Amino acid sequence: MKRLPMALGIVAVGSVILAGCSAPAENGDGSVTITYTNFISNDGNEQNLQKIVDAFEDANPGITVEVTTLPYSDYGTALQTDLAAGTQSDVFDLEYANYAEFQANGVLAPIEVSDPSVYRQSVLEAYQTDGTQYALPSSFSDVVLYYNKDLFDAAGLDYPSSDWTWADEKAAAEKLTDQAAGVWGDHQPVSFYEYYKVLAQNGGKFLNDDGTAVAFNTPEGIEAAKWLTEKSGTVMPTIEQGQGTPDFDTNLFKDGKLAMLHTGIWVFGAVADVPFGWDIAVEPGNTQQASAVFSNAVGVSSSSKHIEAASKWAEFLTSSDTMVDVRLDSGWELPPISDDAKLSVYLEKGAPENRQAVFDSLDGIALPPVAAAGQTEMQDIITEELVEAQAGRKTVEDALASAEQRINAVIGG
Amino acid sequence: MSVGTLGAGLTTPPAPARTERRPRRSRIRYTLTVLAFLLPSAIPLTAFVLAPMVSAAWVSLTKWNLLAPPVFVGLDNYAKLLSDPKTGAIFLHTLYYIVGYLPLVYFGGLALALALNTRLKGRSILRGVYFLPVVTSWIVVALVWRWLLNPSTGVVNTALSWVGIDGPGWWADPAWAMPSIIIASAWKDLGFVMVILLAGLQAIDPELLDAARVDGAGWWRRLFSVVLPLLSPSTFFVVVISLINGFQVFDQVYAMTGGGPGGSTQVVVQQIYDLTFRYGAAGEASALSWLLFAVVLGVTVVQIVGQKRWVTYG
Repeated sequence: MKRLPMALGIVAVGSVILAGCSAPAENGDGSVTITYTNFISNDGNEQNLQKIVDAFEDANPGITVEVTTLPYSDYGTALQTDLAAGTQSDVFDLEYANYAEFQANGVLAPIEVSDPSVYRQSVLEAYQTDGTQYALPSSFSDVVLYYNKDLFDAAGLDYPSSDWTWADEKAAAEKLTDQAAGVWGDHQPVSFYEYYKVLAQNGGKFLNDDGTAVAFNTPEGIEAAKWLTEKSGTVMPTIEQGQGTPDFDTNLFKDGKLAMLHTGIWVFGAVADVPFGWDIAVEPGNTQQASAVFSNAVGVSSSSKHIEAASKWAEFLTSSDTMVDVRLDSGWELPPISDDAKLSVYLEKGAPENRQAVFDSLDGIALPPVAAAGQTEMQDIITEELVEAQAGRKTVEDALASAEQRINAVIGG
Repeated sequence: MSVGTLGAGLTTPPAPARTERRPRRSRIRYTLTVLAFLLPSAIPLTAFVLAPMVSAAWVSLTKWNLLAPPVFVGLDNYAKLLSDPKTGAIFLHTLYYIVGYLPLVYFGGLALALALNTRLKGRSILRGVYFLPVVTSWIVVALVWRWLLNPSTGVVNTALSWVGIDGPGWWADPAWAMPSIIIASAWKDLGFVMVILLAGLQAIDPELLDAARVDGAGWWRRLFSVVLPLLSPSTFFVVVISLINGFQVFDQVYAMTGGGPGGSTQVVVQQIYDLTFRYGAAGEASALSWLLFAVVLGVTVVQIVGQKRWVTYG
C-alpha cells in the first residue's frame, strides 16, 4: 500500500544499513569483480553489450564485469536510490543533463584516460570539470528531420534539404496535412528538449551565463515557443488526439500517416522496415541551424573499492575498437570517437540514405541548458507551461512569463 | 486497498476481564506467550514502519538531495512548506479527490452489497467479478482507464457520441483529469467496499428484519431504520479506511496523469515523490510526509471521537 512517509524513511534507513554492506568483491586469487549498471543496452542491445564485456574480460584477465540492465524509464530513480543508500555499482551510466549535479556532489571519481585523442574532443570535454575528466562519453546521437518520401511525392513537393528553414517546413507541412484522410504534415514534441533547441535555432538563449535566471522571455523566445506550440491542431495532432503519449509519433510515421517527424537517430531501427520510402535531413533552423545532440556517459563511483579496474572498464566500454565495431555493426548509437575514417562505415549501412545528415547536424549544436540548481524542476516547469499554451489554455506570452517567474524562483535560490 | 492493522484494531473484541490474580510464574509465562505471538508482526512493524518514520522525521530536518550527505537545517523545510502556496494547492487537490471518491465508492459499494445480499442467481460469481479490480494492479487498471477515457478514440467518448454528446477531454483536460481519476478509483475499490458491507449485512439478525416487516415497515423503512444503523460499524470502518487511503492517493495519479495536465492532479503523495526522486529535495519531502501524517491523524481522531454519535454496535 501507499506507506508514503515510510518509503522515504526506508531510503534513509537503507542508506545507513546498506552503506556498511557493499562488500568488496576481491576474489581469493587477486582477481576482482566490478559491477556495471546501465540503461544503454536495454531493449535490444543486451547481446551487443555482452560482446564488449567478453572482449574486455579476454583482454584483462583477473577482472570480471557483472552487468545489470535497467529500462531507461526506471533508471534515474533506481540510480538515485542506490546513490542515497551507497549501493551504486562501480561503474554506472549517466546522462549529460545529470553530469554537473553528480560531479558537484562528489559522486564521481576522477578518471585517468590513457589516450584522450581517441575520443571526439567536444563530447569528451562535456564531461570535464576544471580540466579533470569525471565521466567518459559512451555514445552520442542527434535529432534529425525524418520524412516520408511517398507523401512528398504524392503532394508534388521537394524533399527537405539542409538549407530549409522553418518557413519551408511550415509551408510543406500545411500542404501535406490532410485531416480528412488522417494524414498529418509534421510532428515535433512540445517539451523542454525541443524548446531549448528551437530557441537556439532562433538565436535565443534559455539561461543567463551563470545559470541562475532564464533568458527566454524575449521576442525570439516567444517566436520559438509559437513555432512549437502552434503546430498542434493544424499540421500536428492535438493532445486529445493522442499527441504526447509514448511512441505515438513514431507509430504514426510507421503507419504512413505522418509526413515529417522530429526525432532522434535512435529510431532508425524501429522504422527500418516500413513499406514506403523515407529519409532524413538536418533539422531546419530559423535564423541559424542548431541540432540537439545527446550523449550518454559512464562514471566511476567515487566510493568504489576498485577504481582502477573500474576505470579500465569505463575506458574500454567507451573507446575500444570492439565497441566501435559492435556499435557500427548493429546501428546502436554512434561511438564517441574522433576517427572519422572508422565512422565512415556508418554512412554505408543502408536506410536512411542520407546518413551524412547525422554528421552534418553536428556543425551547429544546441546543448541543453544547465541550471545552477533545480535542473529537473526547471525542465518540468517549461514543459508544463508550453503544453498549457499548446492546449490553448494560456497564450504563449502568458505561459512564458509564468515559466520565467516560476523557474527563476527555483534556480535562483 | 489494505485491510491492514487498523481494521484489526477496530474489530477486536474488548479484552476479557481479569477474573482472578494469577500466580507469578504463570503470569510471566502468559506475558511471554503474548510476546511470542506479537513478535512476527512487531518485528516488521518496527523495521519497516516505525524506524523509517523516525528516520523520516530526522530527514525532514535536513536538506538532502540523496547524493551529498544531509545538512541539518532545523525546521526550515516545514517553514518553507507552510509558506508555499503550492502546499495548499496539493492538499486541495487531494481533498477534491476524497470528496469525489468517498460518496461514489460508498454508495456504489452499498448498492452492490444490497443487491448481492439477495437470493440472486449466480451471486457468488458476481461477488467474485466485482472483487476482481480490487486485486488487479493499479498500473493495469490505470492503463485500461486511460484507454477507455481516451478523448479521441476511447470507448466512453465513442459511446457518448452515439447519443449526440461531445465527450470531454478527460485526463487531457485540467477540468476533467481529477474526475477521471476519481471514476477509475471508485471502480477499482467498489468491490472492497462491497465485501465489507456484505459481511456487515450478513451479520444482521434476520429476525430483526422479520419483526420490522411484521410491524409493517416497507423496504426503504427497513433500510433506514434497521439495516443502516446496524451496518454503521462496517460503514465506519469503510469511511476510516477510505479516507486514509484517499489522503495517500498516489498509484492511480502517477500512472494516469503524473500530476498533470498543468498540475491539476498534483496530489500530496505525488508531490512527495517528485520532491524526492525528481527534484532532489528529500528533506522537504519528508517534512511534507509528516504534515500529511498529522492531517490524517487529526482526521482519524475526529472520526473516532465522532463515531459515538452515529455508530451502533450490536
